[in-house]
Amino acid sequence: MKRFIGFVKKEFLHIFRDFRTLIILFGIPTAQILIFGFVVSTEIKEADIAFLDLSKDEVTQKISEKFCSSGFFRRTDNLYSYNDIDEVLKSGKAKAVVIFGENFGRDLTSNGKASISIVADGSEPNTATFITNYASAIINDFNREFVPDGSTDKFLVQSEVSMFYNPELKGHFMFVPGVIAYILILICALMTSITITREKEFGTMEVLLVSPLKPIQIIVGKVVPYFILSFVNVIVILLLSRLVFDLPVKGSLLLLLAESMLYILMSLSLGLFISTVSKTMQQAIFISLVGLLLPTIVLSGFIFPIENMPKIYNIVTLILPPRYFIVIIKNIMIKGTGFLYIWKETLILIVMTAIFIGLSVKKFKIRLE
Amino acid sequence: MRTILYFIRKEFIQIFRDKFISKAIFAVPLIQLLILVPAVTFEIKNVNLCVIDRDMSADSRKLVSQLQASTFFKIKYSTFSEKEANALLQEDRCDMVLQIPLNFGENLGVGEPSKVMVSINAINATTAQLSLAYLNGVIQNFNMNIASQHAVPLVSFSKPQISITSRHWYNEMLNYSYFMLPGILAILVTVIGFLLAGINFVKEKESGTIEQINVTPIKKHQFIIAKMFPFLIISLFDLALGLLIGRIVFGVPFQGSIGLLFFCSAIFLIAVLGLALFISTYSSTQQQFMFVAFFFMVVFILMSGIFTPLESMPQWAQKINLVNPMVYLIRINRMVMLKGSSFHNISSDLYALAAIATSFTFFAVKWYRKTS
Repeated sequence: MKRFIGFVKKEFLHIFRDFRTLIILFGIPTAQILIFGFVVSTEIKEADIAFLDLSKDEVTQKISEKFCSSGFFRRTDNLYSYNDIDEVLKSGKAKAVVIFGENFGRDLTSNGKASISIVADGSEPNTATFITNYASAIINDFNREFVPDGSTDKFLVQSEVSMFYNPELKGHFMFVPGVIAYILILICALMTSITITREKEFGTMEVLLVSPLKPIQIIVGKVVPYFILSFVNVIVILLLSRLVFDLPVKGSLLLLLAESMLYILMSLSLGLFISTVSKTMQQAIFISLVGLLLPTIVLSGFIFPIENMPKIYNIVTLILPPRYFIVIIKNIMIKGTGFLYIWKETLILIVMTAIFIGLSVKKFKIRLE
Repeated sequence: MRTILYFIRKEFIQIFRDKFISKAIFAVPLIQLLILVPAVTFEIKNVNLCVIDRDMSADSRKLVSQLQASTFFKIKYSTFSEKEANALLQEDRCDMVLQIPLNFGENLGVGEPSKVMVSINAINATTAQLSLAYLNGVIQNFNMNIASQHAVPLVSFSKPQISITSRHWYNEMLNYSYFMLPGILAILVTVIGFLLAGINFVKEKESGTIEQINVTPIKKHQFIIAKMFPFLIISLFDLALGLLIGRIVFGVPFQGSIGLLFFCSAIFLIAVLGLALFISTYSSTQQQFMFVAFFFMVVFILMSGIFTPLESMPQWAQKINLVNPMVYLIRINRMVMLKGSSFHNISSDLYALAAIATSFTFFAVKWYRKTS
């Protein structure tokens, strides 16, 4: 045991000596949380639009003013012919063109009906949908202003909405769990796989293997410091989300920390497994970074909801551990539910940990070739 | 010149000797492209709905069946207990609860507007807002139907009506694959080039083989160019494969000039590889390089506008983005591929990219020391 503690101490010294890595280790989660909080939002504010007004009358003027004063649109250009549309969209100066046809004003006064066309840049589907939705809302509003006595309201069914768990519709509720889940798995997997393959590549593994330490002690000793560092990371992220974004843990903090420990353990054993299948650090880095980075961001359901993906992804994403951990954190932090709601996910994470450890033990070689 | 050629040859041999890496640099991006592109969609489908219909009148049933008929909603549960509905919401088994109160049908058309209660799981604010918008759309339709049914001359119908017709150019069906593929491809190419080039350099430092190069008469810029070139070629090759997959598997249209796209990508890659080599002149171990690289890559990716709109970022973040090469490439990719934009449409982005590429490479050459 004393030997083991000595070994762990050595590993800690190794880590603390590399000051740059240590800074990055804590800098990454902090920077990410701040970036997500302040920079990244899926909300679209102020889309650039251009107007092609061939009718040029009072009503078109009024409507275009209404568009621009709504806060959703910004006028960037006035076009004079249909041929300009392609150019303004191609250059990206506007995301959509609002077109009033030549007969717009006449149709409106003589028939009481007129139509506006909108050409949106479909290469950005989100923005395009946003623009057409808001444009319809604005025009609906405009139409309603013509009906002063509001007699249509008699028949209206209105919806009374309550947004559960996130009444102010803040983006943080999505990204804090997501960032915790993917930062932890990447850092843990990278760290463990690199530190072990490093010893292999430089041949120092041999030195460790001939020492009286048992292989299991070597592995555990290598992993313990990262376990502790990652746990500190979790606490830092939770503190940040509490202090900066005012996102408290609704449920049991103890349960959340325990689940985080389980997840860290799972990620470390994943790193261990990667280290047994890769011979050089380069391979380990390639597998853990290139292999994990995008899939964890895209497929774990933290930016893109899994339900919206094609059906098969419900099955494909089952092998991704972050998917389960995100559910766990959301339940505990945001919904404030207890263990009863997350026992399935917890069990899956435990099984995954066991599988990774089992595979690594089976593949771990005491002798180097 | 000959020195560089020999050096480049050595680098290629070295890279392709590692069996794993030489396969992975082609297999990994392609597999990821195939798996990831269909998954990245903001399109809302299958909002699981739980209905509490306390009224059970013809009108309420009509509303429910209209919801059922829309492609966005799937009525998974219907119950009479609010408690049960809330539990379903909590367990994530449904996303939205719609409650139709007693007397809903009776109240329709007599004075007060009828109200339906909606509860939405709003942890994902974007999805919540979108589903609400769709629900309101269905309700609006319902209102219109009722209005015409009751055959009451609605004032608004006799007053001026303006309607909107909209079209989406370049991507008529708003297919998300078209939008995402250029971006994901850019990320994959970057990650591969960036990591491999940097690690390759630091590895020579860490294992000491760089000393052997340092004692040769090779010039600093020759060394940097030789370290950059193989990865530039590999990344461009990856890009070509990715574009082919996009064309064949996802049917992404290719409107613009392929030559222009490759030219822009090459300049972008020089910027990225220059940054990678610059970082590696500063790091002494692969671990250090990797963490710094990880940091930069994640910041670049998240701020690049691939997943979220650039316009919604605060001013200061947009200033930082001026030096983010990914912003330019993703924009250029989308413009050239989908809209067929020509050189003069993207020239300012291209100049900015060229400036970034030059300065990163310059720094890499400048900071590379042949003495330790």
